[in-house]
Order: sequence, then C-alpha cells, then structure tokens
Amino acid sequence: MARDLRKKVAIIGAAETDMLGAIPNITQLGLHAQAARNAIRDAGIDKSQIDGLACAGESVVAVADYLDIQPRYIDGTSIGGSSFMIHVAHAVLALEAGYCNYVLITHGESGRSRVGRAGFGGGSATIPGQFEMPYGTAGPPNTFTVPIVAHMKKYGTTEEQLASVAVATRAWAARNPRAMMRDLITVEDVMNSRMIAWPVHLLECCLVTDGGGALILTTADRARDFKKPPIYILGTGEGAENMMISSMHDFTESLAFRNSATRAFEQAGIERKDVDHLMLYDAFAHTPMYGLESLGMVGPGESGPFFAAGRSAPGGDLPINTNGGGLSYTHTGMYGMFALQESVRQLRGEAAAQVPNVKISVSHGPAGFFAGAGTVIMTNQA
Amino acid sequence: MTTPARKFLPDPTPETAPYWDGAKAHELRIQFCTDCQKHFFYPRIFCPTCLSDAVEWRTVSGKGTLLTYVLAARPAPGFENELPYAIAIVKLEEGPHLMTNIVNTELTPANLPAGMAVEVVFEDINEKITLPKFQPAGTGRSS
Repeated sequence: MARDLRKKVAIIGAAETDMLGAIPNITQLGLHAQAARNAIRDAGIDKSQIDGLACAGESVVAVADYLDIQPRYIDGTSIGGSSFMIHVAHAVLALEAGYCNYVLITHGESGRSRVGRAGFGGGSATIPGQFEMPYGTAGPPNTFTVPIVAHMKKYGTTEEQLASVAVATRAWAARNPRAMMRDLITVEDVMNSRMIAWPVHLLECCLVTDGGGALILTTADRARDFKKPPIYILGTGEGAENMMISSMHDFTESLAFRNSATRAFEQAGIERKDVDHLMLYDAFAHTPMYGLESLGMVGPGESGPFFAAGRSAPGGDLPINTNGGGLSYTHTGMYGMFALQESVRQLRGEAAAQVPNVKISVSHGPAGFFAGAGTVIMTNQA
Repeated sequence: MTTPARKFLPDPTPETAPYWDGAKAHELRIQFCTDCQKHFFYPRIFCPTCLSDAVEWRTVSGKGTLLTYVLAARPAPGFENELPYAIAIVKLEEGPHLMTNIVNTELTPANLPAGMAVEVVFEDINEKITLPKFQPAGTGRSS
C-alpha cells in the first residue's frame, strides 16, 4: 500500500511577475527570476533556505544560477503546460521524504516579446551567448577545461599529475576487452600527444563513440526474485551551480559536485573509507580530480599526487574507473550510464577487470560541464 | 592564410544593453547593489545576493587578475588565424569575474602565470559590438 501523503506538504508562497502582458524589457530567464523573487518575498522566506528547484522551459541550472542558489533537489520535468502540476507532485514526495526542505517552482515565458529565448543553433541573446561564446568557446575541450589552471595555481597541481589520470585509466582499459583504447601509455605519451587546449592534450580528452546502456530497478523485496543478486541503492545526490563555466563560484572546486556527493554520503550513512570502488566520470583528465576532492575521498588539492602515485590504478588502494573510463573505454556524450554499469558489474563480481571484495561502489559525475552533478552509492550487501 | 569564418557575436538584451553600451564607449560597466554594497556580474534584473531592485550600473576600473585559462589550439569559427588563443577568466578588482580573451602579449603558459595583473582593452568589432578583452597590466595599448 502506498504511503499516506495527505496533508504532508503545503504551499507557503505564491506570486506572479510584477507585470503581465507585454514585457519587452525582461528576458525569459529574468521572468522566471522575478516570479521567484516575488514568491520568496510572499512567503517571507530567506533565499538561502531554498534547497529545491523545479522549472520548465528554461534550464533549472540557469534559473538557479541567476538567483544564486544551489539546490540539492532538481526537477526539470518539461512536458508542456502542466509541467508545474508534476513539479508539485514530485515536490510532495521529495519534501515528505526529507530529501529537501523548501522547493521553489518557477515559470517565466517571453511568449509575446520573445526576449532572451534560446533559439535553435543561435542563442546569441542568451547569457552564455553574450558573455562566453564571443571569446571563442567551441565545446567541451576548450570550455570544460578552463578551471584547471586555477587548481594548478592554488595547489601546485602539475601537468604531469593531470596526465597521470589518463595513464591510470588506460591501465584499467588494457584489462577490458570491450575498451576502445587498450595500449598502455606513459605520462610522456600523454604529454607528447596533440595539444587541444593547453594544459589539455588529446589523450586527456574523452573518446567520442556510439553506444548505450540501461538499468532496471524495483523494490528491495521484489528484487530478491530475480536472477542476479540485487544491487541496493544506498544513497543518491544531485547538484546544480552554474549555467556557464565562467559563472562557477570557485574554479578550484565544483559546488554542484560537493553538494551532490555530500547528500549521497549523508543518505547512505557511510564513511568515505567504506568505499571500495569508485567511478568518476572522466570527460577530461581533470574531471575525476575534481570529483575525488569534492567527494571528500582526499583533501582539497590532493588529487594530483593521488593519481600520480597510482592509487587509482590496478593494484592501488582505491580503484577508479575500472572499465577504462570515458578516456579509454567509451564516451557517447552522456557517459554517466556507463559509470553506473561498471559499478553494478563490480558489485556483482562480473567486471572484466574485477576488483576483489567490492561491497560499496560510488558512481559520480558532472552534468553540462560543471553545471550540475549526480551521485549514486550502491552496495551488494542486503 | 585562409579567410576566417564569421565569429559568434553577442546580441544584447534590455537587461544587458548597458554593459554593451559601455563597451562601445570603451568603458567597463557592471552592476552594483546599493543595498548590499556589492558589484555583480553577469547582468541581472536584481541583485543575486539580496534580491534588491536597488541596482545601478557603475563604470569599474578595468583592472583585475588572471584566474585561469586555456590556450585553445583548435579554433571556434572565426579564430582560425589566431591560434592559439587564450580563453580566460579574469577577476575584477571590484569582485566579480568574467570570461574574456587575453591579448597584446605572447600567449604561452610561461608568459601567462595565473594571478598576473591584467587590464581591460576594447576591441571594436562592428558599429554595434565592442568586446572587452584583457592585456597584461601596463601594456599601454588602448585596443
């Protein structure tokens, strides 16, 4: 029987934009924000208390960034005019479960004046279109990678340490017949590969491939009736921070990563030392470095020495990206599914490069460069 | 030399027009909240810190520091003859940070240490758009 959700959740703030009709001086994103601000004031709530955000028609991340909030519950369900009713439905579940405390749902649409709407293949009136793209950003290789030098400056992280991420990951790929790139490489090989966007070389960039994956989940009691041993979800997290790389708050760490990981670990009720196996989405060599630090597996700035010492590689004390990762296994564009697949394989004991005695595995990755994040903690222990 | 493709150019909106008008006049103008006394960037219709409408445009010094960057070795359309080019984040002395290109200097890692002092310089693109870019402080060029 479904849990009784009656009277568990209430609306505490409600407002519209200052004006309705023709509003040629405010962009669509601005309309979301103004409605949000007005609802915040209607409720008399402090903005910092809002930890959940839902909207349709604009990116949830863009609305969060504009308001400078970092929600830990995100609902971008966008199926049409009744999306907001669905947002309410999801919010009831999230709030009742204690997943978040205050959910803000926004709507804004420049349907008449069409100001600041992202167009197909254009977007020159959007915030990124005005404040990033004119400077020659051309996709992930020269944009997702922009923060690295700040990490180098703050922590003394070196180009060789960055390269060692690719080396360690390739060592796992060499043990996986399904991996696309299987020849062992050295730091020197990485440093000598073609420059893409200094400090990033070709071998520090993910592959571009075709592929897919899928998962099926059910309740724990039902799960026992199936062929394979159940892999239980221990904790999950999500995060949102910036609509463009240049609006990151701190280029040496990802707030979205940290918020996502913090929730997941809190929910799972485990310590970092309990993690046996880790999948850190590696779009570029720096991505798992930021991931490792944001998850709290090492201290700030310690990821470079960690990877350079081979601690993530075969024989290391914390196996990471054991399928060969986005760098050497496969990367279709949205690689996160493949990280989850490898966590499941390791927990079932059926991975190509099987790590002994994996009881807890974590899959963590970014969404939209460092814009957002997701984390799943799994176990094979009932 | 090949003829470069057309570069991507911004399309100002009512919310951002004062920024672009400022650039056209070779002034860097960003928003300042008179309630919480903070500058912020990118442009918004109210202060992202305290949500106040008491926001005004102020011309800032154009001085800042280089936070981070890449040296792009593969071009976006229009950058074919400028390789490598620096896609950089500059932190203004007033607080906010923004993306830009570093210009008027040799673009090598050794010549571009993170933390170096930089200053704004304006590149007139056409009759409507001028792009703020940054050069090492004291370079002495105005564009």
